[in-house]
Amino acid sequence: MIDDAPDTAGATPPAAPQIRQTALVERHRELGARLIDFAGWEMPVSYSGILEEHKAVRERVGLFDLSHMGEVWVSGAGAGSGLAASVVSDPTRLAEGRAHYSMICAADGGIIDDLIVYRVAGERFMVVPNASNREPVAAALRERLQGHDAALDDASLRTSLVAVQGPRAAELLQPLTDVDLASLKYYAIAAGHAYGQPALIARTGYTGEDGFELFVDWDLAVPIWDALLEAGAPFGIMPCGLGARDTLRLEAGMPLYGNELGRDTNPYEAGLGRVVKLDKPNDFVGRAALEQVAANGPAKMLVGLQMRGRSIARHGYPMSVPADAGATGVITSGAPSPTLGVPIAMGYLPPADTSVGTMVEVTVRAMQVEADVVQLPFYKRS
Amino acid sequence: MQVPDGLLYTQDHEWLRVEGDEAVVGITEYAATELGDIVFVEMPAVGARFEPAQSFGVIESVKTASDLYAPAAGEIVAVNDALHDKPELVNSDPYGDGWMIRIKLATGAGGTDGLMDAAAYKALIEAA
Repeated sequence: MIDDAPDTAGATPPAAPQIRQTALVERHRELGARLIDFAGWEMPVSYSGILEEHKAVRERVGLFDLSHMGEVWVSGAGAGSGLAASVVSDPTRLAEGRAHYSMICAADGGIIDDLIVYRVAGERFMVVPNASNREPVAAALRERLQGHDAALDDASLRTSLVAVQGPRAAELLQPLTDVDLASLKYYAIAAGHAYGQPALIARTGYTGEDGFELFVDWDLAVPIWDALLEAGAPFGIMPCGLGARDTLRLEAGMPLYGNELGRDTNPYEAGLGRVVKLDKPNDFVGRAALEQVAANGPAKMLVGLQMRGRSIARHGYPMSVPADAGATGVITSGAPSPTLGVPIAMGYLPPADTSVGTMVEVTVRAMQVEADVVQLPFYKRS
Repeated sequence: MQVPDGLLYTQDHEWLRVEGDEAVVGITEYAATELGDIVFVEMPAVGARFEPAQSFGVIESVKTASDLYAPAAGEIVAVNDALHDKPELVNSDPYGDGWMIRIKLATGAGGTDGLMDAAAYKALIEAA
């Protein structure tokens, strides 16, 4: 009865010749983590339990190994303009030391991946794609940067990423770094040190809490992880796996590639039209298609759902709208919300059926289960 | 990892404890640990009949939903209603308060043939 393929969203990697391990895999084993194959990486899904880990991040602080994520550098005099021609946002507008959320789309407007673009310095940008999309993103960027004076360096396999997330993250991290965290704004990044080792420290995350992401050379993840766990003990820090990361981002209404986002979805459908900068001067891949969507409206729209009962809507479950005969949709993510104590989900519905309060019926194992469209996000930090 | 003697086990990680012509069924500690935090158990109605390896319910953890399979043929005589409000009992006490169903074993249906004893089940999970 154990399902060997849990609904780890985005866990459909291309057949990897061998499973990759992060620098921290032995630490995860020592901490008793349940390890799974995620996007071709052997990653911790949980240590002490998803609910406890989730709660630690909401109330205190949690520590994540995210070294499977990609880090693709784009540098050179034409780096900013090259990126602006490659992704839907306009990285040339980023101030040095700032970052923004972006997407890279195909010519038809479908999403190849969602990204964080950091302007680390002048014409040096770091693009962070999902682990499962590292190669397609690097390949698309390489192609799109041709003709721009920019060089691409995929540093993913020599860069570790450790995240500290939660209301006490700054308090915990400050004594361990020379970066002034009080002046490091949300979506900012600074080069400095962590535990005496060179690190890029960004105030970004995927949990809906304050927190930091530390990009370091591969092997440095181990001493930094150890230092954070030790210094975090008085704060009640817990190592957290991808399971808690998924419930945290779901509560925060953040989309996940492979669930809410994919080639068959455009940014407007995902409720992320604000990320697409149609007013930037240059052409970019997907522009014509996205202008059409912006003008005509999306074919489907992402909504938040709260279940009326205890049943949990999961990725791929179909739904229908009783008040609108024939209208159907599909669940993209669903889980019991540890913070709200009720099952929540996200999914796509026809645009006409997305107003808050619309009742839908989700098919959960041949039963019709009622749920209501609710405002996203489900959780917002106070 | 506890694998109590005296119970019978399935390949799908259910346990069965024979009590006269009835049997109590739950999932093993190994299964509960692998699933993680159990948040919901969907149970059958009393009076429902099941064949061996037929799904009698569904157990949901935070991450996934999994079928529960009947270890032996029989009719449901009781379900553990406490799991409705406290599904976490399956994690905290899988062989005790986390039991799921009580069945009246069907006669002449092969009974509990094909189930493993504790030693065989222990070998199975150690090999996993």
